[in-house]
Amino acid sequence: MEKFTTHTGVGVPLRRSDVDTDQIIPAEYLKRVTRTGFEDGLFAAWRNDPAFVLNQPAYAAGSVLVAGPNFGTGSSREHAVWALQNYGFKAVLSPRFGDIFRGNSGKAGLLAGRVDEKVVQRLWDHLETNPGATVTVDLESRTVRAGDGPDAIEDSFDIDDYTRWRLLEGLDDIGITLGHENEITSYEAQRPSWKPVTQHAG
Amino acid sequence: MGKTLSEKVWDEHVVRSVEGEPDLLFIDLHLIHEVTSPQAFDGLRLAGRQVRRPDLTIATEDHNVPTVDWDKPIADPVSRAQVETLRTNCAEFGVRLHPLGDVEQGIVHVVGPQLGLTQPGMTIVCGDSHTATHGAFGAIAFGIGTSEVEHVLATQTLPQARPRTMAVTVNGSLPEGVTSKDLILYLITRTGTGGGQGYIVEYRGAAIEELSMEGRMTVCNMSIEWGAKAGLIAPDDVTFAYLKGRPEAPKGAEWDAAVEHWRSLRTDDDAEFDHEIVIDAAEVTPWVTWGTNPGQGAPLGGTVPAPGDFEEETDRVAAENALRYMDLAAGTPLREVHVDTVFVGSCTNGRIEDLRTAAAVIKGHKVADGTRMLVVPGSARVRLEAEAEGLDLVFKEAGAEWRGAGCSMCLGMNADTLSPGERSASTSNRNFEGRQGKGGRTHLVSVPVAAATAVRGTLSSPADLELVGSN
Ligand code: SF4
Repeated sequence: MEKFTTHTGVGVPLRRSDVDTDQIIPAEYLKRVTRTGFEDGLFAAWRNDPAFVLNQPAYAAGSVLVAGPNFGTGSSREHAVWALQNYGFKAVLSPRFGDIFRGNSGKAGLLAGRVDEKVVQRLWDHLETNPGATVTVDLESRTVRAGDGPDAIEDSFDIDDYTRWRLLEGLDDIGITLGHENEITSYEAQRPSWKPVTQHAG
Repeated sequence: MGKTLSEKVWDEHVVRSVEGEPDLLFIDLHLIHEVTSPQAFDGLRLAGRQVRRPDLTIATEDHNVPTVDWDKPIADPVSRAQVETLRTNCAEFGVRLHPLGDVEQGIVHVVGPQLGLTQPGMTIVCGDSHTATHGAFGAIAFGIGTSEVEHVLATQTLPQARPRTMAVTVNGSLPEGVTSKDLILYLITRTGTGGGQGYIVEYRGAAIEELSMEGRMTVCNMSIEWGAKAGLIAPDDVTFAYLKGRPEAPKGAEWDAAVEHWRSLRTDDDAEFDHEIVIDAAEVTPWVTWGTNPGQGAPLGGTVPAPGDFEEETDRVAAENALRYMDLAAGTPLREVHVDTVFVGSCTNGRIEDLRTAAAVIKGHKVADGTRMLVVPGSARVRLEAEAEGLDLVFKEAGAEWRGAGCSMCLGMNADTLSPGERSASTSNRNFEGRQGKGGRTHLVSVPVAAATAVRGTLSSPADLELVGSN
C-alpha cells in the first residue's frame, strides 16, 4: 500500500447524502475477477446523466470526493472502495460514513475523513464556483484546505489514530502481519510433522 | 480451571498474542474455490507477494460448475471466467487444484474431509461460510472474506479476536428415522438464526457421539445458520476410523503420534463455557422449514404457523413476509404442501452416506408425476463411489436425474436453478428468498424426507410411503 502523507487534487462536489454502496457500484459490476477495472461501474446509475458531476470535464480528473452525510452505507462490498480508487480517488470527505465502508477504506488505503457538515457545504460552494479547483488533504496535520485569500477554507478532519498510522506508514493488514514474520517462522518450525500438507516433495 | 476443546485448539495456533490486539492465528489448511479467490490473488499480484505456504493450500471448482455436460466448456461467460481465472492463479502461484473432470473435484467442504486433509485439532479457513463443516473433526473451521483470503495466502495466519464458547449438549438418542439434519433444523428453530452469534459452539452429548462423521458434518455445516462463528465436535474413535487410510491422513508412526495428540482434544471436566444449551434428542422429529430463513421450521407432522403464533413483533412480521413469499396459508398441514423439485446434494447432505440413505428410501418407487428430483453428489469421488454401488441406477430407475459433482442447486449461481414460483424440498442449508433461483421457494429438509417427498410429491417422510406402496 502507498504511504499517504498529504494529497492535493481536483475536488469533486457530490451534492448527495445517503449514497450507499449499491449506488457507488451496483451488484452487476461485481462479477469481475480482478481488483482493478471497477471504475466503469462507479456511480453507474448517474454516469449516463450529462449533468452528473463526473461527466463535466472540469471534474473528470477528480481525486478528492466531497460527499454529503452517510456515504458508503449498506452492503459490505469492498468493491465500493476499489471502484473509487480505480477511478483515481485518493480521499473521500463526508460528515458521516457507513462503518464498514470506513473500515474497508482504511484497509485499502483510501482516506475517509470526517469533516463538519458546514465545511462540506463551503467546499461544495467553492468547488462549484471554481470547477477544477483543488483540495488539499493533509493527513499529518489532519487538515483539509481549499481556495486562498479571504475565502480560503481550512478546517480539521477526523480519522482514528490507528487508521491514520497505517495510512501514513503505507501498511495494509498483510504488511502489518508480515512485520511479525519471525514469529510466524518460529511457529512453523515447531509444528508437528504429522500435520497434513497438500503437496509432497518429489 | 480446565479448557474447552475449542480453547485448546485455539491456544495451539497462537503465533502472537498481545493485550488489546486480536490473536494472530496460524492456519493449518486453506481451502480455495473460484468465487471468493480471484481478487485475493490479484491483490497479491498488485503487491508483488507470493503464497507463503502453497503446501497448506488446496483449490477446487464447485460453485459455478455445470452438473451436466461437464466435459464441455462452461456456457455462462462469467462462470467460465471465474473458473479459468482460478486455474491461471493456481498455476501461477503453485497451488494444488482439482479442476472439473478431476476425480478429486467437488464441493470444497466435501473434498477436504474425503482426502483426509481435514483432521482433528486443525485451524481451517475458506472463503465460504460453510467452512464450519470441518469442525465435525474437532477442528476450528470458519469462513472468511476475500481480503482475509489474501491475508492467509500471503502470511498463512489471520488476526482473530477470541470468540466466546458455547456448549450444545444433546442427551439421549435421536428417534428412529430422525437424522442429524432434523436435529440442527430443530435447534435453529428453537434458538433463532441469531442464537449462536459470536460463539464457537461445541456439540456434545450421547446423541452427537452416536452420529457418523457424515451426520456430524451436517450438524457443524449449519452452525453458521444460527449465527455461530464455528461449530465443532470432539474427535473420537468414529473420527479416527473415518480418517484412517485416507490419502492425506498420517501413516505408520506418524498416525500413532497424531492419534495420541487427538485423544487429548476434549473439553476438560472442570472447563466452563460462556453459555450452555441442553436438548433432549427424544424431542426431535423430522423437521422442515416453511419460511425464508432456516429458523422458520416446524415438525413435518405439524401445520404452517400463523404470524399471530409468534410473541415477538419482529417474528410476526418476518412470518407474514415469509408466508407471502412462500405462498403458504397458515394452518395448512405441511404434509399437504406440493413440491415441484427435490434436490439431494450440497455440502450439507451430498456425501456418500446421504446418497445411500436417499437410494434406500426411493428404491422400488417412482418420482411422483409433476415432481422432478435432482441427485447431485458432493464430489466426483462420491459420484464414482455411488456408481460403484449401483445407487445411480436406483435413482435413474425411479425417474430421478443423476448429475455430476458441484454446489448445483444449493445456490442460484450455476445452471441448476428454480424458476420463479417453483417450490423445492432441498437438503441444502439456506432457504433465503431467491437462494435457489429468483422467486424460487425452498423447504429445507433431511435426506429421507427429500426422497420420500419425491415419491409422494408433497412433503413426506419415509413412513408415509407405506401408503403409496411400491411398484
Ligand atoms: S454446497 Fe452450497 S453451501 Fe455448500 S459450498 Fe456450495 S454453495 Fe456453499
